[in-house]
Amino acid sequence: MKKFNRFLAASLLALLVLVLGACGTNDEAAEQKDNNADNKTEQAADTKEKTETKDLILATTTSTQDTGLLDELIIPMFEEQNPDINVKTIAVGTGQALEMGTKGEADVLLVHAPASEEEIVASGDAINRQLVMHNDFIIVGPKDDPAGVKGLPISEAFAKIMSEGAVFVSRGDDSGTHKKELQVWEKAGLTPADNASYLQSGQGMGATLQIANEKNGYTLTDRGTWLAQEKNLTNLQIAVEGDEDLKNIYHVMQVNPEKHDKVNSDGAEKFVDFMINKETQEKISEFGKDKYGQALFFPDAK
Amino acid sequence: MDLIIDGLLKAIELITSGDKGIFEVTFLTLRVSFTAILISTIIGIPIGIFLGLSRFKGRKLILIFINIGMGLPPVIAGLTITMLLWRSGLFGDYALLYTPTAIIMAQTLVSLPIVIGLTSSSFQQINEKMLLQIKALGATKIQTLFILLKEMRIALLAAIMAGFGRVIAEVGAAMMVGGNILGETRILTTSIMMEVSKGNFDIAIALSFILMTLAFLITFILTSLQQRRPVE
Repeated sequence: MKKFNRFLAASLLALLVLVLGACGTNDEAAEQKDNNADNKTEQAADTKEKTETKDLILATTTSTQDTGLLDELIIPMFEEQNPDINVKTIAVGTGQALEMGTKGEADVLLVHAPASEEEIVASGDAINRQLVMHNDFIIVGPKDDPAGVKGLPISEAFAKIMSEGAVFVSRGDDSGTHKKELQVWEKAGLTPADNASYLQSGQGMGATLQIANEKNGYTLTDRGTWLAQEKNLTNLQIAVEGDEDLKNIYHVMQVNPEKHDKVNSDGAEKFVDFMINKETQEKISEFGKDKYGQALFFPDAK
Repeated sequence: MDLIIDGLLKAIELITSGDKGIFEVTFLTLRVSFTAILISTIIGIPIGIFLGLSRFKGRKLILIFINIGMGLPPVIAGLTITMLLWRSGLFGDYALLYTPTAIIMAQTLVSLPIVIGLTSSSFQQINEKMLLQIKALGATKIQTLFILLKEMRIALLAAIMAGFGRVIAEVGAAMMVGGNILGETRILTTSIMMEVSKGNFDIAIALSFILMTLAFLITFILTSLQQRRPVE
């Protein structure tokens, strides 16, 4: 028994040491990486002073993270080209991302709600707003199409979903997709909120699609997230697509350093330039082709 | 059902393939959880003992707040820490938001009341006669403390385990203050949430298996330490 106790105490201790040790090596590795990065930049430009790694907070929408665009392509590529910048991606709804911008809590924004973006540029909180890429929104719904909306123009489809009392799952989270959906309702002159079959998930696109799948409902989604999730959404199919009103446009912009101190404007400017340069744009147009057989985003920068 | 088996297979595959990302995420999870529970233990147990043994005015009020704190919703802890760490917040100059330190702070905030609360309630139950007897035998204050710590081992470890359970299960606050940044603040629970929203249920289940295995191992060790027979 005593031996067993000693064994237990020792194993607990060993676990602690292991974990703390691992932290130590991680830090060292990180330092070494920094040093290497420094060396590189020093070699590249002797005149340049020794640079320190600076954090760059990127506030963006969930769709850019859920499709893998940021983690798999953009961030690794950007950090390789700019070893002195460490990007911190915060994936939230576009509404929250813009709010982080107006509060100066982020350095650079990659979002998709043009009308709201123009507001924060007008208020002087964001500068250097550049067109990056687009994909499109689609309406997905149950395979048996209970509201009979397949192939209809977008406003007619929305009106019919409402009049037929079919379930519609809204994001309800002030995200870019939610803003878009509200625009469509408004344009059609409808107020869906009182409708009993109108559900608000308050969650990201992936979760909302899963709710629509379970509840046999319709929802508005960006095509990227749909393609990434399609394999799990066995009850759903594309109901409406290709309408000009359904374009989903992404812009990148810097948070104005003159209005908010503590903003890493240098890194933000580099990120904006990076997003619209030719090489990145080409990579964006290729992204997803190997996995989904089609591109998820279409580059637009001139 | 197939999904669970797929998940288990995926978990084995992820571990045996030596996927660097998985180890990073797992180590970070252990690192922040251990640090948070260590801080909670070091601060919480002395405060708990003090609150349990002493009697003073306002003690009841403090205990009420501690007991509320035991049920503090993690999102509220997360929101509080976020507001404090914002660039425009009180500690904005330290740039701590979206770092592991921020997660440790949030986890400490939710686990500390549990450690204090459970420690103090167990020390309140110590028999007065025993305290008198220890005193009568001429023990110094330090000796008394050691005797009590030994006596109360079961309760103390229960407090630590409850706190640890809270810490390792935590997701809302970690998401908010950590931001789920790849290679920096992505821990097991936040990865699971992200993989679910990406629709990668097999990976989410695989990560759940890893998390549950860790929780099991650690709780097993702590429970065994708690349940061993006193060495006389």
